[in-house]
Amino acid sequence: MSRRRDPLADPLRFVDERLGAARGLRFVLDYVFPDHWSFMLGEVALYSFIVLVLTGTFLALFFSPDLGQITYHGRYGPLQGLAVSQAYDSTLRMSFAVSGGLLARQTHHWAALVFVAAITLHLFRIVFTGAFRKPRDINYFVGVTLLALAILEGFAGYSLPDDLLSGIGLAIAWAVAMSLPLIGGPLATALWGGRFPGTTVFESRLFIAHVFVLPALLAALIAVHLTIIALQRHSQFPGPGRREQNVVGTPLWPGYALRSLGLFAAVCCVLVLMGGLVQINPVWLWGPYHPYVSTNGAQPDWYLGWLIGGLRLMPNLEIHAFGHTLVPNPFFGGALFPTLVFALLYALPWLDRRFISRDYRAHHLLERPRDNPRRSALGAAVLAAVVIVFAAGSADRLFFQFGFGYEGAVWFFRGAFLLVPVVVFVITKRVCTALARAHEHPLRGWSGALVARNQRGGFERVEP
Amino acid sequence: MRGAARALWRWLVAIVLLRSGALRRRGRPLPGEVDPSERHAGAARGADLAVVVLLLATALLAACFAALFVLEPDTQLLGLALGLALGALAAALIVAGRRLVPQETKVEERPALARPDQLAPAAEQLRAGAEGITRRRLLGAAAGAAGAGIAAAAAIPVAALGPGITDQLSRTPWRAGRRLVDEGGTPVAALEVRTGSFLTAFPEGAQQDDLGAAVVVVRVDPAMLRLPAPRAGWAPEGILAYSKICTHAACAISLYRSPLNPSTESRGPALVCPCHFSTFDVLEAGRVEFGPAGRPLPQLPLAIDAAGVLRAAGSLSDAVGPAWWGDRR
Repeated sequence: MSRRRDPLADPLRFVDERLGAARGLRFVLDYVFPDHWSFMLGEVALYSFIVLVLTGTFLALFFSPDLGQITYHGRYGPLQGLAVSQAYDSTLRMSFAVSGGLLARQTHHWAALVFVAAITLHLFRIVFTGAFRKPRDINYFVGVTLLALAILEGFAGYSLPDDLLSGIGLAIAWAVAMSLPLIGGPLATALWGGRFPGTTVFESRLFIAHVFVLPALLAALIAVHLTIIALQRHSQFPGPGRREQNVVGTPLWPGYALRSLGLFAAVCCVLVLMGGLVQINPVWLWGPYHPYVSTNGAQPDWYLGWLIGGLRLMPNLEIHAFGHTLVPNPFFGGALFPTLVFALLYALPWLDRRFISRDYRAHHLLERPRDNPRRSALGAAVLAAVVIVFAAGSADRLFFQFGFGYEGAVWFFRGAFLLVPVVVFVITKRVCTALARAHEHPLRGWSGALVARNQRGGFERVEP
Repeated sequence: MRGAARALWRWLVAIVLLRSGALRRRGRPLPGEVDPSERHAGAARGADLAVVVLLLATALLAACFAALFVLEPDTQLLGLALGLALGALAAALIVAGRRLVPQETKVEERPALARPDQLAPAAEQLRAGAEGITRRRLLGAAAGAAGAGIAAAAAIPVAALGPGITDQLSRTPWRAGRRLVDEGGTPVAALEVRTGSFLTAFPEGAQQDDLGAAVVVVRVDPAMLRLPAPRAGWAPEGILAYSKICTHAACAISLYRSPLNPSTESRGPALVCPCHFSTFDVLEAGRVEFGPAGRPLPQLPLAIDAAGVLRAAGSLSDAVGPAWWGDRR
C-alpha cells in the first residue's frame, strides 16, 4: 500500500489551522455563475480597472504634476524651444524617451474608455432586465455611484497632461463649477486656488484626486459591489429548472475560473493591442495649453460627449435678478442635466416598484426587456434623450465631415431631444408587447409550422 | 449504555439538521421540474495539445516582448508582442475551460438572507445598551453637539484651499493707455490689422495666461458698425477689440466668420467659440447671435497713438469669462 501524501493537504491545512480557510475555499469553488453573455460586461469593467491600476502605476513613476514652465528640449522636434509646463514635458518624456512608456500611456487611455463603456453597457443590462429590483437595489446604487466616479476619474486623468485639449476641458469644468448656485464662485476659486487657470497647486490637487482619492474610492466600492453579489448570489434568466430560490450555472472551479481568467487575458490582449497599434490622444500634436488658445473640432473622451452636448444644445438662457446673475448658462447643460440623469438612475428602483412595475417583491429571476414593456419603453426613451444630447456633442464633426450647417444641426438636435424619446417610447412598447405575445425569440428563430396547400385545396403540414 | 447514548446523539443531530434545512434537497429539482444539473468529465480530443501549443506561444511572445523592450522598444512591436502573448493566453485559458476540464452545470439553493425572527431581538439588544441611563435626551443632544463639533473641526481645513472669492474674478490688466502687443511682445500697429484678419493681443507687460489679458482684434468697415452711442469712439478706423475668453465657458474664441462680400451676405462678421459655438456679433458690441452664451463679449475701447500703435482707451467693458452666482453685471 503506497503512502503517497496528497500534495495539497499540507498547504491547505497550514492556512486552515490559522484562518479556517477551508470553508471559505469550498464556498468560492462551489460558487455558481449563471451562463449568459451579458453577465460578462461587469467582468470586462473589473478587468479594465485592473489594467488601469497597473498601467497607471507605471505612468505615475514618470509623471510630474507641476505646472511650472520650462523650455522644451526633448525628443519631439516641432516643439523645440517652446515654453511648456513640467506636466506636459514629463508626458512627452514618458511617451518618447521611456521604453514602453507610450504603450503604457495609450493602453491606459484605451482602458479608461473601455472601463466606462463596459460599466455603461452593464448598467443597460441591469436596467432592461430588472436586475436592480429588491434585493439588489442597494448594490445597484453602489454601481451607479461607480459609474459617476469612473467618469470623474477619467476626466481627471484626461486633464493631467496640460495639453491643449485637457486645458480646454478644464476651462469648461471651471465654468460649470462657477455656475453652481450659491457656492459656485467660492468653490471654483478654492479648488483652482484662484481664477482659472488657477495657481500651480491645482495640478497637485488634480493629481492626488486621480491617482489616490478616486481610485481608492473606486476600489473600495468595487469590493463592496462584489461582496454584495457573493452574498446574494447572481441573478439569472428564467429557464428549465431555474427558480427564484435557486441559481443554475457553472461552478467557479474549474470551468468558470478558467473562462473568466481567459476573459481577463482577452481584455488585456485587446487593450494592449489597441495601446500599441491605435494612436490615442497624441498630446504632442495638440501642443501645450494657454487660456488664449483653442482649436476647432475638438472632441473629449466619449463619456463626456453627453455633457458637451448638453452645454451646446442649451439655449442662451441665464437667470438674472436685480443686476446680479443667479444661474449662469453652463449650469443647465453641464450640471443640471447630468444631475437629473443620475437622479433618475438612483430613483429607478423606487420608480419601478411604485409606478412602472408596481411590484414590491424580491426577485432573483430576471425579466427579458419584452417581459416588461413599460419599463423597457421608458428606459429606451430616456436613453434616446441622452443619446440625442450625446450626438449633439459632435454636431461640429458633422459639419467638418459632411458639411451639415452647425446652427441647423443644433436646432435639429433640440427638436429631436423633445420628439425622439416619445417616438422611441411608442415603438419600443409596441415591439416588446408584440414580441411577448409571439413567444418567439428574434435571434433563436421561428418555432411555427410550415404548411403547404394540397391538391384538394386543404392545408397540410410539411416537415422542413 | 454508551451505545444507547450514541444512538440518541445521532437522532438529535439528524433532527437538528432536518430542522435547519441542511439535509433538505440541495439543488435537487422540485417534483415535476427539469433537473438542469449535469457533469461531463473527459477532455475533448486534441484539446490538451491545443492548450499546450497556445501556452508555448504565450511564452514565446512574452519573451519576444522582453527582448524587444531591451533591444528595440518600438511601441507598435511592443504592443503587438505583448498583445498577442495575452491573446494566446486568453485562447489557452478559454479552450482549457471549455474543452479540457470537467463541464459542470450545478444547481445551488439561494441562501435566505433575511431573518425576520431575529429582527425583534436585534432591536431589543440595541435598546438594551441604554438600560439604566435616565438622561437619554440630554446625552443624545450632547453627543450630537460633539459630533457636529468634530465634523466642523475636520471640515474647516478645507478653508485652507482658498483664497476666498475676491475681486480677482473680475480683475483685468487693461488700463487706459496700455499698448496692445502680440504673443511675442511686439506692439500692434493699426496698419497691421486688415479687414478679414484676426489677431490676438495682450496688454504690454502683462501675464498672457491671465484670463483678463487676451483680446481679439479685427477690422471692419466703420460705416457698418452698430455700436451703442456711448461706445461711439471705441473703434477707431473700424478696429475693434473684444475679450478672447468666451462668456459661456471660458474657452478661447478662435474662429472668425468674416463675410467675403458684406454687401450681399445677410450675416455680418462674427466671433465664434469652438467649444460650444457661441457666436458673437462683431458689429453690435459682441451681442450673442447664436449659441449658449448668456451675455455679450466684453469690449475693449481702443485708440491709435501718434506712432500708429493700438492702445487701450479704458478697461474692458465688463467682467471677463463665465458668470457665477451673485456677480454684478
